[in-house]
Amino acid sequence: MSGIPHDHYEPKSNAEKWLHSRLPIVGLLYDTLMIPTPKNLNWMWIWGIVLVFCLVMQIVTGIILVMHYTPHVDLAFASVEHIMRNVNGGWAIRYIHQNGASLFFIAVYLHIFRGLYYGSYKAPREVTWIVGMLIYLLMMGTAFMGYVLPWGQMSFWGATVITGLFGAIPFVGEAIQTWLLGGPAVDNATLNRFLSLHYLLPFVILGLVIVHVWAFHTTGNNNPTGVDVRRASKKEAEADTLPFWPYFVIKDLFALAVVLVAFFAIVGFMPNYLGHPDNYIEANPMVTPAHIVPEWYFLPFYAILRAFDGEVWVVIAADFLTGGIVDAKFFGVLAMFGAIIVMALVPWLDTSSVRSGRYRPMFKPWFWVFVINFFVLMWAGAMPAEGIYPYIALIGSAYWFAYFLVILPLLGVLEKPTTPPSTIEEDFNAHYGNASVGTGPASAKIPAE
Amino acid sequence: MFRKLVISTIAALSLSTGAGLAAGAAGHIVNYEFSFQGPFGRYDQDQLQRGLQVFTEVCSACHGLQYVAYRNLADENGLGYTPEQARAYAEQFEVYDPSIDDWRTATPNDHFPQSSLENAPDLSLMAKARAGFHGPYGLGLNQLFNGIGGPEYIASLLTHYTGEEVEQYGTYFYENESYPGGLIAMAPPLWDGAVEFADGSPNDIESMAKDVAAFLTWAAEPRMMERKQLGFTAIIMLGILAVMLYLTNKKLWAPIKSRAKAGAAK
Repeated sequence: MSGIPHDHYEPKSNAEKWLHSRLPIVGLLYDTLMIPTPKNLNWMWIWGIVLVFCLVMQIVTGIILVMHYTPHVDLAFASVEHIMRNVNGGWAIRYIHQNGASLFFIAVYLHIFRGLYYGSYKAPREVTWIVGMLIYLLMMGTAFMGYVLPWGQMSFWGATVITGLFGAIPFVGEAIQTWLLGGPAVDNATLNRFLSLHYLLPFVILGLVIVHVWAFHTTGNNNPTGVDVRRASKKEAEADTLPFWPYFVIKDLFALAVVLVAFFAIVGFMPNYLGHPDNYIEANPMVTPAHIVPEWYFLPFYAILRAFDGEVWVVIAADFLTGGIVDAKFFGVLAMFGAIIVMALVPWLDTSSVRSGRYRPMFKPWFWVFVINFFVLMWAGAMPAEGIYPYIALIGSAYWFAYFLVILPLLGVLEKPTTPPSTIEEDFNAHYGNASVGTGPASAKIPAE
Repeated sequence: MFRKLVISTIAALSLSTGAGLAAGAAGHIVNYEFSFQGPFGRYDQDQLQRGLQVFTEVCSACHGLQYVAYRNLADENGLGYTPEQARAYAEQFEVYDPSIDDWRTATPNDHFPQSSLENAPDLSLMAKARAGFHGPYGLGLNQLFNGIGGPEYIASLLTHYTGEEVEQYGTYFYENESYPGGLIAMAPPLWDGAVEFADGSPNDIESMAKDVAAFLTWAAEPRMMERKQLGFTAIIMLGILAVMLYLTNKKLWAPIKSRAKAGAAK
């Protein structure tokens, strides 16, 4: 699959040849597993494996949970308690599934930030990036609908608020909202379709993950230098790369084991840490919780949604210019989805010819402010929309858009990048060679063990 | 020592800054100590049994416990009743059975009844549905050592009546320093000596409040001790796996890295 020259699968026995001439599936798996991978990948390249593990874990635990769950407004909450109390190991499966969603999002955010820092989205990996953004959107949809299923207070009111966003679309909004909910309000029809889609979408994600992997196996992995693997000869390519198996599989599995230690500490000792206590109260359309907050992984976008209220001048201007079609509510919705759209368009917004942020001195501070801003937005999203918080959210939202629409396009023109190493091999050797320079030339001769 | 320090720091921060964040005007919550706090914490069987007695003699007059079955009283890592004791407890009660359209004696498989008073919430999950404190900046980081604060909320609520009564639109409310908003419809349910424990355990208001809060924590999270066990097992097994994978990885990469050193030295 890869354009990087390497040894391909050769069927040896007659049985292998027989199968290979009819269905080259062993060859496909072999080439996928033995893909030449830049040998200088650092520890930020482990999140892909963690994400694959999360997807499988969520599908497996989810399939078990749905065997005991009842999607009905009168029974859903009780059936979750049935899982927690009466199903053998049900409490463990459910807590793993519930916290697995959070692990999934922690991993995906680190994965996305990795891509943004090292320019993994730049040519020729735009398709990988776009597919990744689609996966991320589907993940958000899946997680949102999954959160509704336990039918607690936050499930119900979260669903009411978020589906209400579609109602903000001019002219057709209410019709769309009714169509999505299966009725005038969040009710049994909503719960049923959310379960159906919550079960379906992970398999769509699985398909897109295969496309995502296929895409970057075609272009080859990016790496911390952003320098391409040399492809002129197999010998050169082998100097820059190592096969995925065993070098990166073992490395990634080690990282996964460490991540899972932290994960099971949460599941074992504070499984409700990332949830909201109100969701242990059964949904009640008559009682609105004092403070409706989405799960933590939606908070930055929730902050952007709420930041643009009717007092912000861009909102007032938009309202005036469109003759009231784009009101404050709709503007907020546009901003929230726009925040993800500008991120998806980053391959074409970033004008720098240098791929990796490591060699971009001006880019680095802007990037780290972007990361800090992400957490500030997350925090602002959790706070009530009053006092100083809307202003903080507004500044954070402005920076989010400015980063993609102004800073990245301008940096490519204004910035004078430093020189990346000419090859991956050089970077790798320099990295491990420097250690020996410090301890004297004699130690370089002793093979490290 | 360090743990104590962390706990008290976090508790102090959570009590001073966290309380007001979620519910607006949240009440004052005392950070009571419970035996089941922290990764090594376990339910105190005797305390749960006392708590059940308080629940049975006081709370159950109005409040339900619909997700708990009588047989659960004999579950492992809980109250430690024998199946016979659980059956005997169940047989004190009558349940309505739709299949015979009549009332009959409860069996261990029946659940505790639902609330008999309309505005009295079911207590099965109350210990998880109420966050007593939220930690610094509402981050809830104290959960590892102190839990979410549900039992602390329940115990505080029961001990923080001021004795004031307020009449609003013909209904009496009772002033309570722990209740968000300060006025609760529930009259002070406990008084010193309200329940007589067989083993002579203290039965002042605070002791009973803590006992019933512990019992309700068990009712909300009956698998807590298995859960912590799972946590330790998983961490130890995955920790061993991680060490083995680390060593494998190190050995696997060693020749590659030493070749890189040689390459750089050239």
